[in-house]
Amino acid sequence: MSELVIKDKDVVTPGEELAKGMDYLPSTNTFREGESIYANKLGLLRVEGKVLKVVPLSGEYAPKTDDTIICQVKDILLSGWNLNTFSPYTAVLNVKDGVSTFVKRGADLSRFYQVGDYVSVRIFNVTSQKLIDVSMRGPGLGKLDAARVVRVNSNKVPRIIGKQGSMVSLIKEHTGASINVGQNGVILVKAEDPKKEIIAVEAIKKIEAEAHHAGLTETIQQWLVKQ
Amino acid sequence: MKRKDRKEDELRKIEAQAGIVKNATGSARFKIGKTVALAAVYGPRPVFPRFLQNPKRGILRCHYTMLPFSGMGERIRPGQNRRAKEISLVTENALSQVVDLSAFPNSVVDVVIEIPEADAGTRCAGISAASMALADAGIPMKELIGSVAVGRVGESLLVDLDYNEEASDEGAADIPVAMFERTKAISLLQLDGLLTKEQLDKVLELAEKACLEVVAIQRKALKEQYQ
Repeated sequence: MSELVIKDKDVVTPGEELAKGMDYLPSTNTFREGESIYANKLGLLRVEGKVLKVVPLSGEYAPKTDDTIICQVKDILLSGWNLNTFSPYTAVLNVKDGVSTFVKRGADLSRFYQVGDYVSVRIFNVTSQKLIDVSMRGPGLGKLDAARVVRVNSNKVPRIIGKQGSMVSLIKEHTGASINVGQNGVILVKAEDPKKEIIAVEAIKKIEAEAHHAGLTETIQQWLVKQ
Repeated sequence: MKRKDRKEDELRKIEAQAGIVKNATGSARFKIGKTVALAAVYGPRPVFPRFLQNPKRGILRCHYTMLPFSGMGERIRPGQNRRAKEISLVTENALSQVVDLSAFPNSVVDVVIEIPEADAGTRCAGISAASMALADAGIPMKELIGSVAVGRVGESLLVDLDYNEEASDEGAADIPVAMFERTKAISLLQLDGLLTKEQLDKVLELAEKACLEVVAIQRKALKEQYQ
């Protein structure tokens, strides 16, 4: 007979037994050994029917296909740009994926994106060796205007965005700031009023610190009203 | 030698805390008696020098140091020395058995262990702290490692020797052990002193019980930061 050893949404640590028996199936960040399923990361246990997975609470960003990330231009190559993805690996943006006009061979690419610029890009391929191909073709992608850069843990980004973007729009509503969130945990915040900009940054930091609590949207709303 | 303040198989008082270094990916403090170990984990991040990088998996790099006035005797020259290099190596070997860095090719995970206060058993405290710090850094691990020094002082077999016991006139043998929680695999076993085969068998049984106790404390501390 199969049974869960740990409740849904509890914090689990590496090597901890999650369930006994063959009825449950191991998914991300879990593995089976013998008849039992164990966690291999620190995180929250999620039970989805018979499938067990662990949602990590910490760790560096791991690049995934179809993620929209915010990068900083690190270097200019012969036919593209080398981007800092704020993960263990760098990404390459090719001219054909980064610029819509015709660019002659050997043209000076710094007139499009210079070293130090922030760009919003979509990952369209990650190889087994973690070479990352990114593209700027798509809505909302491109070079980003100068703004305040906030870095958060990439595992907390879903909480910062909220369900259908509810959390981000809440902060935008209260502060009038424009907020650009990358799935790698880089966030650009810009507001007319510098004081409101700082409130928006503080709100983001607060969400990051309390991401594992339930009912976060209400807590943040109350906090924003108080400010 | 007869112990006055605790039983033969009793550990010194342990305090463990995770997430103490905010700038590190993961970190932990592990205090056992008067021995304190701090561990900080950085990465996965790109490897420098580049010739060290492994295209099949990420590498683990440990760095153990004692603070100048951490010991009971003279000032310790900070930084690398013969002893620190050896301990860094055995720590690396003990930990690399349990972390799974196959998802991070060409990258490195740096583990920095600092001993601010020493009263024997520093390499074991270091490994126990590093095990927590790696879990806190979101590195995939099959299980947690507990580490304790056991040994013989005179004719009695003891767990978790302090400096006075280790330096006893009756003659002592000191055996640092690191053990996995579930599989009970031993990934560190050193011996300094003389011991009969029967004594070794017996003392390793004591070590198993002690290591499991250490892991239980690590687990509790890792969960505490999300309450």
